[in-house]
Amino acid sequence: MPIVSGDAWFRALTRAAGATFLGLMLLLGSVLTITALPAVARFGWRFPFTSTWDPVAEQFGGLPFIYGTAVSSLLALLLAVPLGIGAAIYLVELAPAGLRAPIGFLIELLAAIPSVVYGLWGIFVLAPWLSHQLEPALGTWLGFLPLFQGPPYGVGMLAAGIVLAIMIVPIITAVAQDVLHAVPDHQREAAIALGATRWETTRLAVLRYGRSGLIGAVLLGLGRALGETMAVTMVIGNRPEIAASLFAPGYTLASVVANEFTEATSDLHAAALVEIGLLLFVLTVLVNVAARLLVRSVGGVMREARE
Amino acid sequence: MIRLDVRRLVDVTMRTFVALAALLAIVPLALILGFVVYRGAEGVDLALLTQLPRPVGQVGGGMANAIVGTVVLLGLATVFALPLGIAAAVYLAESPDRGLPGLVRFLADVLTGIPSIVIGIFAYAVVVVPTRRFSALAGGVALAVIMLPIVIRTSEEIIRLVPAALREAALALGVPQWKAVLRIVLPAARTGIVTGVLLAMGRVAGETAPLLFTAFGNQYWSRGVDEPIAALPLQIFAYASSPFEDWHRQAWAGALVLIALVFALDVVARVVTRKRGE
Repeated sequence: MPIVSGDAWFRALTRAAGATFLGLMLLLGSVLTITALPAVARFGWRFPFTSTWDPVAEQFGGLPFIYGTAVSSLLALLLAVPLGIGAAIYLVELAPAGLRAPIGFLIELLAAIPSVVYGLWGIFVLAPWLSHQLEPALGTWLGFLPLFQGPPYGVGMLAAGIVLAIMIVPIITAVAQDVLHAVPDHQREAAIALGATRWETTRLAVLRYGRSGLIGAVLLGLGRALGETMAVTMVIGNRPEIAASLFAPGYTLASVVANEFTEATSDLHAAALVEIGLLLFVLTVLVNVAARLLVRSVGGVMREARE
Repeated sequence: MIRLDVRRLVDVTMRTFVALAALLAIVPLALILGFVVYRGAEGVDLALLTQLPRPVGQVGGGMANAIVGTVVLLGLATVFALPLGIAAAVYLAESPDRGLPGLVRFLADVLTGIPSIVIGIFAYAVVVVPTRRFSALAGGVALAVIMLPIVIRTSEEIIRLVPAALREAALALGVPQWKAVLRIVLPAARTGIVTGVLLAMGRVAGETAPLLFTAFGNQYWSRGVDEPIAALPLQIFAYASSPFEDWHRQAWAGALVLIALVFALDVVARVVTRKRGE
């Protein structure tokens, strides 16, 4: 009898731990919602579509931050996806065995660097280079596009996009590698047997087979870019404006919370910031759920991708 | 034949492109580490490691309190995350991938993707608001929530790797399940679990955003876990955003110390794993 009750206790206890974790997730969502309520009640559905952010007049709208988050993240994807997926293809399909481990290790190291260090590098190394070299050059050659007009501040949307790109390459590469490893070898062998070149094998047999998983890898990178806080806060310029130029300063959802939360001038201001946090929470949960389902569908074993 | 030439050309071009992509992906690592070591090395001195920060505008001083603060926060976070994390991992490892366990596993994966600043707001709401003060405790809670899913998922995988024969042998001898898990399975998985915890610590050691409105930062020593506490990432952020040359120097030096700490945790984790393989 005591044996049975011991096991029953043990099972109940570990089950309780699992349930506690679930409860924690529910608590996280509900605490954010409840804390944001005053702002939600006051601004309703207009909040994400209004661009006024005026703590003095107590008028709050999230549009500039949504815009900044979207543009900086898309820019990051634009730069990071070819690099990240390309690197994964190289490491899984083409690299000589001796190079795989070291290059893979170095890309993983990139993921271990703290966000604030990326920001530090962004402020003192990347931004000056952008403002003195890259942005004037882009302005000269591509200045007819609104994207590349205006004074080259260095600090701004472009800097944020580049730093984010560097930061999300490792997660895209790591997950894409897992996805490519999960593609069965008979796929490759069939293509080779038909006379395909190495690249054709990769494109037709491997990439097509793993497509949904690769999209999942990109979405995981997107999720990280959307919520990345410190590095972006340090290089994006922190001005709640919607400008067409990538040289202009911007602001993101995560940055405005980081900058203003401890200095919120009123309860409504704080609630509006929590609502921004809530938007970010919902957005990243959706992106991550979609990503995990896609990666799972390929049967890729999800390795824990460290940030 | 021309057709074949074109195909060969495409083949070579694309192979070159992906090789370049791999190369380009590691260039930033060299650039960032290079600058941190180069600019950081000239700033790391005894004062940085042993002294408190000086008032605004004064040259000198250090980050001793921030270094200790980071260690304290990591300790608190580990103490909070470990028991729940391992218990949940045991639960997942002993259950099939359906129903509640499947959901827990999936949500743990999703939680790793939630921005740390959102978790900071959560810790602010559940710890700072009720206690009416920023504190090391609140910072520890925030970091623990970030560590939790990593601890759960890595520990679960390690526990699953323990050979079923071990567990079955214990059960065949009439040992109850709880004793088999606590005395046989968990000890066999111990080094793996330690690795997972070290990796999780390395992952949160550099977190800044969730500490902004929980641990808050402190220019002095904290006298208890119910007071605001300094942390290396917070100090680096504050100094990097300041207009003072000497603080910039200290920010780089702090970054070097922080990276050394993170990499040390990583290396120790790898060494522990390697020992297990022998």
